[in-house]
Amino acid sequence: MAWPTAMRSGTVLAIFVGLGLTLVAGVYELTRDRILAAEQQVVLDRLEAVLPTGYDNEPADAHFERPSPIAGGPPARVYPAYAGERYLGAAIEAETPEGYAGPIRLLVGIDAEQQVVAVRVISHRETPGLGDGIEASRSDWIEAFAGRTLGDPEAAEWKLRGDGGAFDGITGATVSARAVVAAVRQVLEAVAADPEAFRGEPPETAAGGEDNGEASGEA
Amino acid sequence: MTTPAPQSRTIWREGLWRNNAALVQLLGLCPLLAVTSTAVAGLGLGIATLLVLTASSVVVSLIRNWVPQDVRIPVFILVIASFVTIVELLVAAWLHDLYRTLGLFLPLIVTNCAILGRAEAFASRHPVGPAAIDGVAMGCGFAAVLVVLGALRELIGRGTLLAGAEQLFGPVAAGWTIELVEGDLFLLAILPPGAFIGLALLLALKNRLDDRS
Repeated sequence: MAWPTAMRSGTVLAIFVGLGLTLVAGVYELTRDRILAAEQQVVLDRLEAVLPTGYDNEPADAHFERPSPIAGGPPARVYPAYAGERYLGAAIEAETPEGYAGPIRLLVGIDAEQQVVAVRVISHRETPGLGDGIEASRSDWIEAFAGRTLGDPEAAEWKLRGDGGAFDGITGATVSARAVVAAVRQVLEAVAADPEAFRGEPPETAAGGEDNGEASGEA
Repeated sequence: MTTPAPQSRTIWREGLWRNNAALVQLLGLCPLLAVTSTAVAGLGLGIATLLVLTASSVVVSLIRNWVPQDVRIPVFILVIASFVTIVELLVAAWLHDLYRTLGLFLPLIVTNCAILGRAEAFASRHPVGPAAIDGVAMGCGFAAVLVVLGALRELIGRGTLLAGAEQLFGPVAAGWTIELVEGDLFLLAILPPGAFIGLALLLALKNRLDDRS
């Protein structure tokens, strides 16, 4: 008697797993493009905050891919900023797998002198109320990177204070903070190792680029 | 299994007031306390919870006679989890700013025991009509508490109302924010302890109103 009941229960459960999966997969397919576009918009909205001021090209359109500067991450996207033909710096969108609850995606802005302009979090799954302190909208912790270089602090000091480094941690979110510090350091190291690779191509027609740049800068 | 279905008036009264998910059953308090720092965030999570609760109540009621007793809880959870994921994907696609504000609390709706509680205690014992009304009523009751608590904390903590309305209603709503007082007021209200104090005040108020009548 027990066997047929178990079979029936198992079958019903399996049917619902199948139905649920189909439904979720269907909605995922339908929404995937929109979600990707919305996530891209989040990056574009933060570009201005992390790029050096005074650029007149379209960093969003000029972006290109690089192998991940962070160990274990997916390929990074580089958004170079130019004023005319002069390279001002670039924003590097990279992902670290070292977050507390999954990968943390960062946008790191670095100027031509390899100094950090600013860092912004693009996406994360850190604990609300603790790990989300890495977001600029929740705390100003992430501002600690502004103006830093690989020499300031020394390479060995690019750690949390608790680990013997120069950066303050976030109470209750040591793992999240440690992941972000290590990620920014690795991005800086990758740029220092091969600065040319992060420059891309200067915009070809300065006049045309200028018009576009200003129009979309205000939009 | 099926008990006589209560009248829809009774279901509404139970859901909105007498058996309110947040104020009487005290279920789903984690998201309730965590996201209610503004009225708009509360409303966003409230609507998401309402959608999941209604959809899962309807489905659980429809399948109540086919699902064997011993696997009913896993099946209910599967139904709820599927709807939560769908709502999460839809919010991520169309209300991306709200999605970022709510963060992890959107997928965490699945752990809101108010939803499984209604599936088990009501929807699995009643026909589809009353179950749907119960889902809507309970969801509205829960959403109302989220909005009231959010508005209360936003007002006392920041002196504003409806800040960030554009996350939910689009660019039209950018001017809806009412700034009653300049700058932050009583910061404690938007910090986590303020959530507990605010909820306690609402509970006390409800009990007082109930005692009077």
